[in-house]
Amino acid sequence: MGRITLDKVAKRFGEVEVIPPLDLTIEEGEFVVFVGPSGCGKSTLLRLIAGLEDVSGGQIRIDGKDATETPPAKRGLAMVFQSYALYPHMSVRKNIAFPLKMAGMPEDEQKRRIDNAAKVLNLTDYIDRRPGQLSGGQRQRVAIGRAIVREPAAFLFDEPLSNLDAALRVGMRLEITELHARLKTTMIYVTHDQVEAMTMADKIVVLRAGHIEQVGSPLELYRTPRNLFVAGFIGSPKMNLIEGSEASKHGCKTIGIRPEHISVSATEGMWKGRVGVSEHLGSDTFFYVHDTGLADDMTVRVPGEVELKAGDDVYLTPDMEKMHRFDDSGLRLS
Amino acid sequence: MSTQHSRSAARLMISPSVILLLAWMIIPLSLTLYFSFLRYNLLMPGANPFVGFENYTYFLTDPAFFSALTNTLVLVGGVLIITIVGGVLLALLLDQPMWGQGIVRILVIAPFFVMPTVSALVWKNMFMNPVNGLFAYMAKFLGLQPFDFLAHAPLASIILIVSWQWLPFATLILLTAMQSLDSERMEAAEMDGAGPLARFFYMVVPHLSRAITVVILIQTIFLLSVFAEILVTTNGGPGTSSTNLTYLVYAQSLLNFDVGGGSAGGVVAIILANIVAIFLMRMIGKNLDA
Ligand SMILES: Nc1ncnc2c1ncn2[C@@H]1O[C@H](COP(=O)(O)OP(=O)(O)OP(=O)(O)O)[C@@H](O)[C@H]1O
Ligand SMILES: [Mg+2]
Repeated sequence: MGRITLDKVAKRFGEVEVIPPLDLTIEEGEFVVFVGPSGCGKSTLLRLIAGLEDVSGGQIRIDGKDATETPPAKRGLAMVFQSYALYPHMSVRKNIAFPLKMAGMPEDEQKRRIDNAAKVLNLTDYIDRRPGQLSGGQRQRVAIGRAIVREPAAFLFDEPLSNLDAALRVGMRLEITELHARLKTTMIYVTHDQVEAMTMADKIVVLRAGHIEQVGSPLELYRTPRNLFVAGFIGSPKMNLIEGSEASKHGCKTIGIRPEHISVSATEGMWKGRVGVSEHLGSDTFFYVHDTGLADDMTVRVPGEVELKAGDDVYLTPDMEKMHRFDDSGLRLS
Repeated sequence: MSTQHSRSAARLMISPSVILLLAWMIIPLSLTLYFSFLRYNLLMPGANPFVGFENYTYFLTDPAFFSALTNTLVLVGGVLIITIVGGVLLALLLDQPMWGQGIVRILVIAPFFVMPTVSALVWKNMFMNPVNGLFAYMAKFLGLQPFDFLAHAPLASIILIVSWQWLPFATLILLTAMQSLDSERMEAAEMDGAGPLARFFYMVVPHLSRAITVVILIQTIFLLSVFAEILVTTNGGPGTSSTNLTYLVYAQSLLNFDVGGGSAGGVVAIILANIVAIFLMRMIGKNLDA
């Protein structure tokens, strides 16, 4: 259960084509993350899959069956919204029970499933409270609880963690990953957080203006970005992109080198520059290096602490093995 | 206002207006109370002796009193039911995206701007008149006997007129409440398998409960004192079949020139209004704290 196929699915809002025809297959049990800049159509794509928006063309198949015209409730998918979308006038228990009640499930089966979900998600202590009396993280868990009791074919998450603070986000990220490991249900997860995408996904789908730029595992995207957009989008801090004569030496339009693949020396190296701002994270140090004559600003990431002050001269040496080369149209040259 | 200091300062600041409002209320109220214990008839000038509860005894034992009481309750209840059910349905309708939404909304609100006397006269003469009214025309067109609404169903006719006036108010308040309903919540319910009816009863109605409470409370205050509509249409008749308490007080004190009796009726009306208010707050007041 839970294989979703999009076949030339397109979406227009009036004149504006938000999603041009697009093909995508999501395998059973996969954790797929949609990433992309704001407004690129991630939510729209998710809502098309959920059935909350009608497609303008193409076909959506769930487990091989055409679901293009199926109403949302009949698709067997559960969605967790960014705003949680809990029912404020119902207790946590009633919230979680709502989909079961709508499905006309017998009381004792309902109770068993709710108690089970409450235990899994640590909701037992506040099961009789209203959503208004819960913290953000607890509300998020209720929203997930409401999704899992239905035992759906797939879960859809639309930026579920973006309203939480950093610490809670890390915790919930782990919880969702563990939930996926235990349930082994297909999950589609929308985010624009790099770290969430890299850590949670089996497969990342990078979108730009409704187009799929690349589909692959996190490490595939990191190691072999298919084009300049993916190269710049995946990885934090961003890859350094260098054009001009330095790139011509390597026989291409643009070369890319990740900040962590550059070594730093105070005395010798390939490129000379001047240290600008440095950010000390303890585990790593990020340098912004000016006046290299290559790009406006080169970012360098060095493990541990390095004693270099602003204004010091510095020499940078890229790891040639890990350099990326792109042609005139921005595509990768391997 | 959390500290002791700011609380007492706040009390001091609002005291002038509270005192003014209190005086505004207390003086007419105590004068009414005072008159209600006097034999005070404008047709019999001279001494106004103190007569104790005599006026009250007369007013409460008047056969018109009981029918006025039930008429008042039926009027208030009937109008509330019609305006709230109709208001919810209209609000649902107006909340749908449609062509010419702005104009339609203004048209819906329009009846609220028509004075009660005017709208009652329009209804009486243009719609309900058994000879020239629109309803009579329609009945004749269908080959039926025209129905004399104000003579044969006076209270129902007045309920209809008053409901027509208050429907826009209810619609407006319920529409704004409906627009604040989170669309993601409705979508979540849709995904949870709730059909249109289930979404209406499990999501929309609970969401509207506070607005409905406000509508009930505000309308009740005004509906207890409906007067102009009765005066210009039925004059409380035939008999007392469309007389409510307000109209009875008016009939007592002005048509009979009996200030004492009218005042006693006024006091009784105040007490009854408070009983209704307590009832309402008990029943639905909890919807207001959130
Ligand atoms: N109902 C609508 N009518 C018209 N245009 C819309 C509608 N909904 C979305 N759009 C447009 O579609 C595009 C994609 O929107 P979408 O919400 O899918 O972006 P997103 O990738 O989820 O962005 P974000 O990361 O900010 O949530 C946007 O340009 C948006 O303006
Ligand atoms: Mg979005």
